[in-house]
Amino acid sequence: MAEGTNGYKSGSTLEKILRAGKFAATAELGPPKNADAEVIRKKAVHLKGVADGVNITDNQTAIVRMSSIAAAALSAQNGVEPIMQMTCRDRNRLAMQADMLGAYALGIRNLLCLSGDHQQFGNHQMAKNVFDLDSMTLVRMVKDLRDGNKFQCGEEIKGVNPRFFIGAAENPFADPFDYRPYRLAKKAQAGADFIQTQLIYNVPKFREFMKRVVDLGVHEKVYILAGVGPIKTAGAAKYMRDQVPGMDVPDEIVARMEAAGKGIEDKKAKAEVAREEGIKICVELIQQMREIPGVAGVHIMAIEWEEAVRPILERAGLLPRPVV
Amino acid sequence: MIVAEQKPFEEIKTKIANANKVLVVGCGTCVTVCFAGGEKEVGILASSLRMASKVDGKEKQIDEVTVQRQCEWEYLDTLKDKIGEYDLVLSLGCGIGVQAIAEHFPDARVIPGLNTAFLGLPLEQGVWAERCAACGNCILDLTGGICPIARCSKSLLNGPCGGSDEGKCEISGKDRTVECAWDLIVKKLMARGELDKLLEIQPAKNWQTSHDGGPRRISREDLMLAKE
Repeated sequence: MAEGTNGYKSGSTLEKILRAGKFAATAELGPPKNADAEVIRKKAVHLKGVADGVNITDNQTAIVRMSSIAAAALSAQNGVEPIMQMTCRDRNRLAMQADMLGAYALGIRNLLCLSGDHQQFGNHQMAKNVFDLDSMTLVRMVKDLRDGNKFQCGEEIKGVNPRFFIGAAENPFADPFDYRPYRLAKKAQAGADFIQTQLIYNVPKFREFMKRVVDLGVHEKVYILAGVGPIKTAGAAKYMRDQVPGMDVPDEIVARMEAAGKGIEDKKAKAEVAREEGIKICVELIQQMREIPGVAGVHIMAIEWEEAVRPILERAGLLPRPVV
Repeated sequence: MIVAEQKPFEEIKTKIANANKVLVVGCGTCVTVCFAGGEKEVGILASSLRMASKVDGKEKQIDEVTVQRQCEWEYLDTLKDKIGEYDLVLSLGCGIGVQAIAEHFPDARVIPGLNTAFLGLPLEQGVWAERCAACGNCILDLTGGICPIARCSKSLLNGPCGGSDEGKCEISGKDRTVECAWDLIVKKLMARGELDKLLEIQPAKNWQTSHDGGPRRISREDLMLAKE
């Protein structure tokens, strides 16, 4: 293992928090579909001091947005420590490593490695696929850059090498369900330091997944952060349950969102009550996650609702964030 | 086999607009078997083009011929004597056949009548699906005989990704026809007790043997004729 600052791999806040055994909290910031740095600044205001690291998405759902490296650098400038995301869809191993050298030089210390949504989902369906690497070999490449001090081709890096805290994702509810804990183990073996899961609403099923993960001993090799997110409306709940592949939203949650604001005529007031219920459900989920063995923190995905993150963490008793 | 389908009739009609004498050339191998460019399809297309040209007021001369395999010089040699008579050669061969005619008869104007789609097989009558990406380094022994390069939308070597849903790929949409290759591979290998194969991390692919490394060529010294 390479020497980091004080024995840390990367020295990022997220790494320090997890190493100290504190329950971690990460959030997400979606870059804009334009070239306006001000959008990042405005979003950063809601997230400053609230999370141990904030994911900066990379052309999420294959829709062109400001690049994650630029948005990550802007977030850092605005006091929000980024977890830069990188997918395999748009970049080959040359571009990826070049971005990593640049990201590290810009002060970015966390990197989340993903396969990436297929471009069929997005707004540039005619584009060429890249997928030079997959998420597994991407994790391995980032690890070799850090601990092996070498490029993917085997060539030694002369001078400062990029040393990231390496993240990966896992969807506990995707098929084949039986294989998912093994795939998580594989990512740990490839070199992942932490894992963020997809949104969880079905807690019993997640408990079942975590039990198998713990049986395999994987929770001791990677820090697992459970994905949670506030639902804004009953419509959103139904959409997630019925239209999004790999998402498991129990009927009770949809029912709660539908019941919220029932009988209130005023649209604005009704929406406010629904949002309040969505936040309440999220807080309850976080409290349940803290009880599950092997869960080292939560990853809050408040899509285009960054303002919700602070109240959620406050009510879950996770603010102020510990200082390590 | 190579699977292709005919270009839309209007597109072909537009492409031959300025020609008066056209030779439609079919192929007796892959495109016959996928009913795109065999003798029968050549006959139907030629006749449709003749009729259309008649309706438009100036009947064209549209002749037909089908060779056993358009990609081999010896079969194309049979066209040698007549090909010079035509303004345009409309090939109903795959992309290789079109180019073979163009290379073997440099003065001929050759255009494609098919869109060559993929390397695949017939699943049932009338349905063909992609199976091989010709990546140049076959690893089918590691994946239970199911190709992750050709059949996975992301060509993952350590799949599945998080978009695998009830055995279907995330791009499958409403018709649900695209299977998740990794769902198939994982279930097959786990059923055989070969989980250990799945737990090995497959290294980053060497794409040099694919088209990414440049146009490919194989030279077999043991088969080449002695130089004069």
